[in-house]
Amino acid sequence: MSTEPPGRPGHGEEALRYYTASQWQLVWWRLRRHRAAMAGAFVLLLFALMGLFADFVAPYGGTTRDRDYIYGPPQIPRFRDGNGFSFRPFVHALKTERDPVTLRKIARIDTGKRRYIYFFVKGEPYRLFGLVPARTRLFGVREGKIHLFGTDDLGRDLFSRLMYATGVSLSIGVLGVLLAGGLALVIGGIAGYFGGWIDYGIQRFTEIVRVVPVIPLYMGLAAAFPREWSNIQVYFAMTVILGLVGWPTLARRLRGHLLAQRNEDYVLAARLSGASSAWIIRKHMLPSFTSYIIVDVVISFPYVILSETALSFIGLGLRPPTMSWGILLQDAQNVRAIEQAPWLFLPALFVIVAVLAFTVLGDGLRDAADPYSVRKR
Amino acid sequence: MLRFLIQRAVGMVVTMFFVSIMVFVIMELPPGDYADRYAFRKFSGTGVSVTESDIESIRKRFGLDRPAWERYLTWIGGIVTRFDFGPSFAFETSANAVIGQRAGLTVVLLLGTLLLTYLLSIPIGIYAALHRQSPADYGLTVVSYLGLAIPNFMLALILLYLGVRYFGTTVGGLFSPEYTQAPWSWGKFADLLRHLLVPAVVLAWSATALQLQTVRATMSDELAKLYVDAARARGLPEWKVILKYPARLAINPVVSTIGFDVNRIFSELPIVALVMSLPELGELLIKSFLDLDMYVAGAILLMLTAIIVFMNFVSDVVLALLDPRIRLEGG
Repeated sequence: MSTEPPGRPGHGEEALRYYTASQWQLVWWRLRRHRAAMAGAFVLLLFALMGLFADFVAPYGGTTRDRDYIYGPPQIPRFRDGNGFSFRPFVHALKTERDPVTLRKIARIDTGKRRYIYFFVKGEPYRLFGLVPARTRLFGVREGKIHLFGTDDLGRDLFSRLMYATGVSLSIGVLGVLLAGGLALVIGGIAGYFGGWIDYGIQRFTEIVRVVPVIPLYMGLAAAFPREWSNIQVYFAMTVILGLVGWPTLARRLRGHLLAQRNEDYVLAARLSGASSAWIIRKHMLPSFTSYIIVDVVISFPYVILSETALSFIGLGLRPPTMSWGILLQDAQNVRAIEQAPWLFLPALFVIVAVLAFTVLGDGLRDAADPYSVRKR
Repeated sequence: MLRFLIQRAVGMVVTMFFVSIMVFVIMELPPGDYADRYAFRKFSGTGVSVTESDIESIRKRFGLDRPAWERYLTWIGGIVTRFDFGPSFAFETSANAVIGQRAGLTVVLLLGTLLLTYLLSIPIGIYAALHRQSPADYGLTVVSYLGLAIPNFMLALILLYLGVRYFGTTVGGLFSPEYTQAPWSWGKFADLLRHLLVPAVVLAWSATALQLQTVRATMSDELAKLYVDAARARGLPEWKVILKYPARLAINPVVSTIGFDVNRIFSELPIVALVMSLPELGELLIKSFLDLDMYVAGAILLMLTAIIVFMNFVSDVVLALLDPRIRLEGG
């Protein structure tokens, strides 16, 4: 090859920096150049912040009902209307009227009145992280209510509910993936390091777990939750089954890495020096493919999130009043609701964006995971 | 080849044996046993008070007082010898009767979806590999990403919504209202196909998205190899160069993952079927899990897995036929 491979400069200051950089620095440099992956990471960071500070970002509590605005369409902030232009965004006020025939309350938009949107307004009291009492919300209106994403059949603010749901869905994903990863590390590690009949047994077992279709298997396990369990118990049970069903795929990849490394000279050297098996796995072999493990974990996220959504959607996962993407989508299950209130589809948009973000981030990480290889195009 | 077939068939039986144990464990997992639920279902609301001894007698009748391994043997014995999957208390009949009507539709839907997946993914994947980094290739990559990101029930809902909104039809169910009670005719058959097409498209999307990328990747690798250049140098027409060598190899990974595709489709089928109200096994599986009708649920889990295991077997055989190296090694 006549040209230098990209990312490996020839000489000078650049080269010095390149050759003295640690592995993780190289990974980071490489990842930074992957624009789609960075966008994915940014979106996920945003989601994580939204979930973490849901109480602050959401203008209302997740179960607060606005009886005057049931099945209300989204109120989009605007800067101008018939009365001219305003630098501060506003929504139009609502007025309640009675339907002359059915006497039902209906909300009408009053284009004459503006409700300006302010940041850091005082709203319903809440406890940040369940501890710090607070009243300040990120945004809101001083009179009336604002429903950015509309309301559901009970008049609950969809935007607020989505914020809480984002936190729940992502945290279940994280816990489930961590559990799966931990199990995979232990089981795949044992299989890959010892080989032989232990490996054979574990391989056969993972094969059998993998042959059963995943969602039906989840459903079977989730059906076993006693009805009287509290929502917290169901939440943790969900993470456990997501982890239990998720580990075989990860364990398989891990085993592959381990098997490939097992016969390397440095492992033999460590063993000759009297290191124990656990020590060799932990100290010598794992660091050699930590980056791959991270990639595998990130890649398995979308499946966990989609599984949680699917299970909660059909009523076998989390249960209301817990809020998760799947539970919010339950409202969008029948066509009539969608006809009347297409904005109930919005949680699905969050699911799609999250899955896409994880996918592109995973792809970017995979490219960056081995910074010593020449980049393929 | 015969040795290979026998080996794989034995492996299939062994796998199914372990799967049946797992399914049995899942059936036993929910709190309370069949007798409790049977009594609750049968007598709740009737005003008859159920005593512990009543439940005990029900327990005896169904043999629930015996140890778990014995119950497992009776259950699996019934399935193997008499093809009897046990009772269904939610429908107050046998599990066989409930499942029988739906199994056919499930298989038809599965085969339709697989056919659609391969008819789409193989040619498109080859096309994408031949036109790498063209706008069409990038477009297909985006579609693939979306195919994996959009949950299938979402896609079903969107189609359902579009159908209602713009075509004034119902996409759900098996027949249009005018055909529901009609006797079988070509019109009714066409109507059935039309209703099955939408769920098949929904189910095929993500499978296609995945396979398309596999075909594209393998095909790109193969196209870069020297034998392709050699074939070209011998003056073979371009279409022959592509179809005769690299395309054949690009199909291999697709064939070897048929079982994986079936697994994926079955994974998504229940929810899609629920949204589109298709009377097939997956939808029944959800219902029976919600009702804790565990004999039916167990039977369906076992059946779906059996189909997957069988498709794995088929894929092994087809692969051996396609690739003599595998055949001659004896697996």
